[in-house]
Amino acid sequence: MAPRLLSLADRALVVELGDGISRPMLARVSALDAVLRAELERGGLEGVVETVPSYRSVAIVYDPLRTTRAALERRIAPLLRVPDDAAPAPASRTWKLPVLYGGAAGPDLAAVAAASGLSVAEVVARHARATYAVYVLGFLPGFAYMGDVAPELRLPRRSEPRTRVAAGSVAVAGAQTAIYPSESPGGWHLIGRCPVPLFEPRRSRPALLAPADRVRFEPVSQERFRDVEAALASGRLDPEELAAP
Amino acid sequence: MTDRARLEILSPGVLATVQDLGRRGARRFGVPTSGALEPAWLRIANALAGEREDGPAVEFFLAEIALRAVDGEVRLGIAGDVAAQVERAGEREALGSWRSATLRRGDVLRVGPPRPARVGYVAIRGLVVEEVLGSASTCVRGAFGGMEGRPLRRGDVLEARPGPHGAERALPEPPRRSAEPIRAVPGPQDDHFAPGALERLFGSAYAVTATSDRMGTRLDGPPLAHLGAASAEIVSDAIVPGAIQVPGNGLPIVLLADCQTIGGYPKIATVASADLPRLAVLAPGAKVRFARASVEEAEALAREREAEVRALLGAIRPI
Repeated sequence: MAPRLLSLADRALVVELGDGISRPMLARVSALDAVLRAELERGGLEGVVETVPSYRSVAIVYDPLRTTRAALERRIAPLLRVPDDAAPAPASRTWKLPVLYGGAAGPDLAAVAAASGLSVAEVVARHARATYAVYVLGFLPGFAYMGDVAPELRLPRRSEPRTRVAAGSVAVAGAQTAIYPSESPGGWHLIGRCPVPLFEPRRSRPALLAPADRVRFEPVSQERFRDVEAALASGRLDPEELAAP
Repeated sequence: MTDRARLEILSPGVLATVQDLGRRGARRFGVPTSGALEPAWLRIANALAGEREDGPAVEFFLAEIALRAVDGEVRLGIAGDVAAQVERAGEREALGSWRSATLRRGDVLRVGPPRPARVGYVAIRGLVVEEVLGSASTCVRGAFGGMEGRPLRRGDVLEARPGPHGAERALPEPPRRSAEPIRAVPGPQDDHFAPGALERLFGSAYAVTATSDRMGTRLDGPPLAHLGAASAEIVSDAIVPGAIQVPGNGLPIVLLADCQTIGGYPKIATVASADLPRLAVLAPGAKVRFARASVEEAEALAREREAEVRALLGAIRPI
């Protein structure tokens, strides 16, 4: 299926690869984004400010004082023809993130269990059993939308969002799961807490998670949570060490 | 830092933040561009202050802002629909907008309230603000940038490198205000709307509501019908300032500098970058009309607008 090219006025050219949320689509988006970023870094995309990948498209943000949609279309045409398997492999990583489930750390865990007809222990096991793919970053700096949550754990968002969700809250809504990188309003169901900082603007890689990364959650005790939290805070543990080599 | 001039915020008004021309290259991390809602006025304020155009300045909304020089001499630049006055040793000197001002220790500058435009700028020559992710703009959602990632508060102190400051400067006359409708390019999801919706958007007057902020301007007026219930949402994709999102109730929201980086509402049209600042500075109650444009026309408007701004910057004179 040929990509559709759409405009956000004179600000961005959107390359839309299809519709829906799926791992094959994520792979195609990631491949295209990698090709465009490589070209951008080489200096081959004059006037382009940045590329923004999402579930089924890559938006090419440009400066209308330095280029035009027409010039960009000509420039990217050969790049759109690069087959996915010839694209530079995105350096995606696999993470193992500790989570303290339930109690004060996960105030909605019991409600999720009740709604899905499972025990709390079963909900934790099924949430932690999956290997999630990071689909897209958005909503907040460093907020990674991950999927796919097991069908039996899928609930619509809370009918009443919270005005304050604690930073580090592990949450689910629909087929997605995420960790709130900072305190924020939020309508997802909070089932646990993760001590790992997901966004630090002064780091060379400000967001820890990137699209196409894989994430597994590891249930930990309160004691282990505190140990990891302390190790991260003191610098003894670098968050990057939680990625598999 | 004993050789820094210092400026204390006596009153920040309704909302005041440190902004520059925005943070680029970080939208992929979920970081908004932020930056001035009216970049041309920030650039003019900076140039009036003798500062580089793209440097950080204070953007303030709706009410008067008051600043006091605590230490050293501070050169400021004022832009927006504002009156200004300097209080010095019990005396008041009235100044207009679109000019510089110099504060000596103890002097107080009061600027505003901005009217009719809801936004004004005070630039400070030599303002020292840490750059985070390449910009001094305030990212409130991420709590970083500008003044500790938050709006300015009473008692905050801004630091500036000291003078000498040279002659005061001014624009010979205020910038001419365009009366043109706001140009917008249909799409990317104009195909999610019922027949007649685009014509309604381009043929109606909308009013800015009071819930408008730096993330978006919410409009009230003739609702825009989606093609069907399923068309009222999309798989979230990239949004940019200027995108006109339409949720289920049919009322358009024009996204602004602090908007999120992805969104799940269909976008019926996107405001041309040249015209977005004109819409962004409209106060609650103001009316908006849109006019249809093509991408090529929007790109040409951007170049025209930049030429106008360059001409304004070139018109700044010593007084």
